[in-house]
Amino acid sequence: MKMTMMGNYAASWGAQLSRVQVIAAYPITPQTLIVEKLSEIVADGELDAEFIKVESEHSAMSGCIGASAAGARAYTATSAQGLALMHEMLHWAALARLPIVLTNVNRAMAPGWSIWADQNDSLSQRDTGLMHIFASSSQDILDSTVLAYKIGEQVLLPTLISFDAFFLSHTMEVVDMPPIEDVDKFLPPYNPEYKLDVNDPRSFGALTSEEHYYEFRYKMQEAMDQAINIIKKEGKEFEKLTGRYYDLIHPYRCEDADLILVTSGTIAETTNVAVDELREEGKKVGNLKIRIIRPYPKQDILNVIKNCKKIAVIDRNISCGYHGIFAQELKSALYNETNIPVWGYLAGIGGRDVKIENIKEIADDTLKSDKPEDLIWKGVKL
Amino acid sequence: MRLTIPEQEIMKPGHLACQGCGATMAMRYGLKVFGRNTVLTIPACCWAVIDGPFPYTAVNVPLFHTAFETAAIMASGIKAGFDALGKTSTNVVAWAGDGGTFDIGMAAISGAAERNDDITYIVYDNEAYMNTGIQRSSATPHGAWTTTTPVKHYKRGPKKNMVEIIAAHRVPYTTTASIGYPEDFIKKLTKAKETRGFKLIHVLAPCPTGWKAEPKYTVKLAKLAVQTNIFPIYEVEDGIKYTQNIKVKQRKPITEYFKYQGRFKHLKDDEIAFIQKKIDEDYEILLKKLS
Amino acid sequence: MAIKFRTDGKEVKITGEKDMPPMAASLGLMTWNKTGSWRNLRPVIDYDKCIDCFICWKFCPEPAIIIVDERPVIDYDYCKGCMLCAEECPKDAIITEVEGK
Repeated sequence: MKMTMMGNYAASWGAQLSRVQVIAAYPITPQTLIVEKLSEIVADGELDAEFIKVESEHSAMSGCIGASAAGARAYTATSAQGLALMHEMLHWAALARLPIVLTNVNRAMAPGWSIWADQNDSLSQRDTGLMHIFASSSQDILDSTVLAYKIGEQVLLPTLISFDAFFLSHTMEVVDMPPIEDVDKFLPPYNPEYKLDVNDPRSFGALTSEEHYYEFRYKMQEAMDQAINIIKKEGKEFEKLTGRYYDLIHPYRCEDADLILVTSGTIAETTNVAVDELREEGKKVGNLKIRIIRPYPKQDILNVIKNCKKIAVIDRNISCGYHGIFAQELKSALYNETNIPVWGYLAGIGGRDVKIENIKEIADDTLKSDKPEDLIWKGVKL
Repeated sequence: MRLTIPEQEIMKPGHLACQGCGATMAMRYGLKVFGRNTVLTIPACCWAVIDGPFPYTAVNVPLFHTAFETAAIMASGIKAGFDALGKTSTNVVAWAGDGGTFDIGMAAISGAAERNDDITYIVYDNEAYMNTGIQRSSATPHGAWTTTTPVKHYKRGPKKNMVEIIAAHRVPYTTTASIGYPEDFIKKLTKAKETRGFKLIHVLAPCPTGWKAEPKYTVKLAKLAVQTNIFPIYEVEDGIKYTQNIKVKQRKPITEYFKYQGRFKHLKDDEIAFIQKKIDEDYEILLKKLS
Repeated sequence: MAIKFRTDGKEVKITGEKDMPPMAASLGLMTWNKTGSWRNLRPVIDYDKCIDCFICWKFCPEPAIIIVDERPVIDYDYCKGCMLCAEECPKDAIITEVEGK
């Protein structure tokens, strides 16, 4: 069924279609609509779930952890400061190996107060052990939610689904809602092997000495490695169900490209349009959308970029003191593998609009340039 | 054979508690009442260590270790999970020390109390951060030495009154208890188990290590705290109905309680007189509230 | 398949990550840990004086006082020698001995 909806509601419906059993959430702009809608859905009996209206985001994630440890499918959503407050418990969810799904509307960190799009909030959680998806359309948000449970429950890892504030959270788009019966066939009930069970008096998370802690990290990394194949496998299964395929990366017109732009989130969608225009101008430019940054799709990226001459990464985030985070990640993936030069651009920080012409400018600048640079502040007012 | 508390033992020996640990006695009693159909969640506190390292456990019921400030919400989350799965009869118990409760866990406890989540929160109070090596908490009483309130700057100011704070949320049940009076504690555990909604039991659990007392005096101290009125035993139902469960006919002077503990030995007579005055004043206030 | 939780109180052998669950889920009970070795002082019940009031049993933190044939018996495998039982015994029926003498 095709519906027009805001990105936020796509997250709510995604959680409903996934038949989440416990929601623990706290309001924060621009995420609030997600949990408002879910409150309604639960109150109306359209979803059989417990909803804990917690007193902080730290408790939102903690409540999800408790529910998931008990064997229930758990969901929460947040943004920026809220995600930062959850930080401790993101590590907890990951090390406890609980496949919680967390939606984060990418919003700039304060101060100064900002509610606008920026990826620094979720990228600050990069090393917590969550799988991390950057959705670029409302359809992607809805489908990713279902997929995240399907994948996470196999590898026992939580998933963070991020998407841009307002450009996506509050923008109406047409979304195809799969019938819940179809989703049920795809996503069976959550039934973990290890859970809190009064017939099995285990403790979870006890003091772990240096004898064993290292091995738990090894197992997490192993799970991330396995996730790469499972993401692809489930992507194909999901395609059979809906006709829509989701992978870790989505290249667009990259096959013969001289220059590949590397993008994420809504900028990736704009970049596809820019690429079409650049192609009409006779410039061989492609767009490589990074949809999933953890697990990092190194091999997939190498396969796509192997024949191009230049790469330009557009980051709506910055690790101050170094440079854009997607650019760092990409360069580390390329090192020892290729000699393709990489240009690192910043754009759209703090919600500044990134227009088609801005992207075309980035492409043109890179095509003209002979010397790669780590950090180019596109559009900064000096 | 006349036993005054339930014979059932759930908790296993072999755990890592210090000799004469009051917190461990509290857990033993707690599990006697709550039984096998119980899940515990424990934040950072002595019990995070007492239960034993991976791959072992001593409580012998499912236990989820959690972050310092999250015991209450973790219990609420577990309870919600079980409810969603139809396992509604399982008791979910948050088991935390005074630091995790009076200090860092306060927001989550207030949240769970205000929502009236159906959990039992048991705070075993040893009056300082004992697991990290005896640092003051807001449960440390006036006059006490700790490693962060050294003798020259001993803890000044009253102990936070947790039962009053929770009672102000108008929860169904909140109470004090002392491991020196197991029969009373057992009664309260039973009442908490049988009451729906948010319950908090504040149980005094002396710590020989942190109180600089001989391990054999744990029970004596837990009794003297009650008999000197520094830790009166009372319960509050629905935030309004106050009942004193252990009546003290003639309170003993606080020196009787202090003399077995090294943490108060620096106190001079005028300081002790001040503490005695405060104890008597607080007790008068409590008596006025009794139903 | 989950690795079984053993209830026999024996030590759990872990040689590498394959013997471990994905998370720090316990695999056995602490009872393999005989805390009796911590003991400096040894409580000994004088059964002639003992009136079977079970106060010692009631207050043992381990618990290392068990009930055998309706009488309290100290389990020296686990007794840490805190001497709480001797202190609380109303009949002074628990004698304190120094361990190793």
